[in-house]
Parts: sequence; structure tokens; C-alpha cells
Amino acid sequence: MAEEGQQHPLKIYWIMWISLFVLSGMSYATDFMNDGTLRQFLILTFMFLKAGGIVWIFMHMGWERLALKVAILGPPVAILVLIWLMSLEGTYIEDTRLEYYGESTFEPQEPVHH
Amino acid sequence: MSEAVLDSGAEAPGKKGLVEDWSRDKQVFGVPWGKAMMWIFLLSDTFIFSCFLVGYMSVRTATTDPWPNPSEVFALQAFGFNVPLLLIALMTFILITSSGTMALAVNMGYRKDRNKTFWLMVATALLGASFVGMQAFEWSKLISEGVRPWENPFGAAQFGSAFFMITGFHGMHVSAGVIYLLVVAFRVKKGYYEKQGYEIVEITGLYWHFVDLVWVFIFAFFYLW
Repeated sequence: MAEEGQQHPLKIYWIMWISLFVLSGMSYATDFMNDGTLRQFLILTFMFLKAGGIVWIFMHMGWERLALKVAILGPPVAILVLIWLMSLEGTYIEDTRLEYYGESTFEPQEPVHH
Repeated sequence: MSEAVLDSGAEAPGKKGLVEDWSRDKQVFGVPWGKAMMWIFLLSDTFIFSCFLVGYMSVRTATTDPWPNPSEVFALQAFGFNVPLLLIALMTFILITSSGTMALAVNMGYRKDRNKTFWLMVATALLGASFVGMQAFEWSKLISEGVRPWENPFGAAQFGSAFFMITGFHGMHVSAGVIYLLVVAFRVKKGYYEKQGYEIVEITGLYWHFVDLVWVFIFAFFYLW
């Protein structure tokens, strides 16, 4: 607690703020692309850049000591295991449903617009 | 002398500092306790939102019904065109704007500029409130079109469950954040923190930025994917 909190030049915040606007604009632009691997790659890239900027600059994690960084950013890595297991499970359930109930007969309506 | 050697470890950088911060018989985190506790709360909240998003991934993978196209479901008419995700994009930009005003409020707080801190926090709260208002509009629109947690006319029923649970929980966080911001803002204005310092503004900011952070993931996975 030696220094008086997290004080940084305003310029850093302005740059981060503008970058977030640009990245959000590009995220939104992916919605006009055709579905595919490239689109998914871009969605994830812009997402991680935005998330990283928010945590590192706006939440000041970049200036914190390693003890805090490890304690807060380390545990969420476990979520990757959950994602892996649940995607296996999801695929398995889908296969089971297809095998026992067959293809879906659902007839979707077109969304209405106001 | 030996004390000086011990104390020098407290500020060691990198891995040496990591080991010493955790192993020395002292406070682990060199930050005010309120900030450490906020970070730990946000860590637990990270797991809650992750469970929602992973659950959403799981049911979306498992269903055999077609998944509604969010780009069309959330489209709005503007200037005679169907603009995809119009309101959602607007909500995203509002939340980012509020993140910026919050970051500036933290900075002004440490400069002890109470007036600017107050107004920046009020601006952040107002942007947050308008976000919740737009979400209420979005919910009413979808409900009027027949989207329910258990069924919807556009595709898989799980779409409604995931939508209401995830955006509802996020909206609740934004609403709580608006109240939290206003309470702290008025205390700042009154000079409540003059003696103890303005870490509280940074702690409030951590919560607010986290709410924005969660929206980044919801926007990518629920609305764009």
C-alpha cells in the first residue's frame, strides 16, 4: 500500500476507450459476413482483445503485482476443462437424440420486424 | 539490518515477488483489503457467468431443432431497412461509453477532484440505466413475439431459456451497479472519503468494468455466434 492507488496518465485511458469503440465496431461488422471459420475466428479475436484491454488497462490488472494477477487470472483457466467436457456431452446428447427420436420436425417461423 | 533485508523482499518484482508475497507471514496482496475482496468477488462471479455461457453452449449443441438466427431475431427496422442487431449494437456502445466515463472517474478520484468524480460517476450510472431500459424494451419485444423460456416460434426452445437467464442475470448486475455507483457518487460529493482516500472509486470501477467485460462475452457468444 506504499503508493497512492492506481494513477496513470489520462492518455492511456483515451487510447483504450477509442480502441474499444473500434473493436466493437469490427465485432459488429462480423455479423454481415458469411458464417464460417474466418467469422468465428474474428469474433473470438475481437472478443479477447476487448476483454484483455478492459482487464489490463481499465481494471489496472497490468499494474498489479504478480501475486494478485496469479490469484485472480489463474483459477478461470479451469473453465476450459468445463467447456471441453460439456461440448463432448452436448455432442453425445445430440447424437443420442438423433438416434432415438430422429431428425427434428420443427418448422420455424420467420422473425417479425417492427 | 535484518529487517531491511526482509522488507526489501516486499517489493521484489516478478516470480521472486510472487513467492515472497505468498510465503512471508504478512498480508498477501499489496492492495487495500476492499480491492482484494472485490477482485475475489468478481472471480466468483466469473464462474457464475461461465456456467451460464457453458450451459448455453451445451444446450445449443445438444438440441436437434434449428437454432434461431440472432441476427434476424434481434433485427430492427430503421430508415426503412432491416438492420441486424441494431439495438444490441447500440447497447454495446453505451456500455463501452460508460466504461470510459468510469475509468476517468477513478482517475479524477485519485486527484481528489470531487466534483468531476461525482459527475463522471453519475454519467456512468445514467448510461447504465439507459442500457437496462433498452434491455427491458428488448425483452418486451421478444415476449410479445412469443419467445418464452420453454418455447419460441423461431426455433429451439433452449434459445429462450438461455436468452432470459443470461441477459436477465447480466441486467440484474447492471441494475445493482447503477445503485452502487449512485451511492458512492453521492458520498464522494459529500466528502465522505476525504480521510480514508478514494480507493472506493476504483473498487466501484472494478465492478462496473466487470459488467462490461461480461457483456463482451455475451455479445460474442450469444448474439454474434
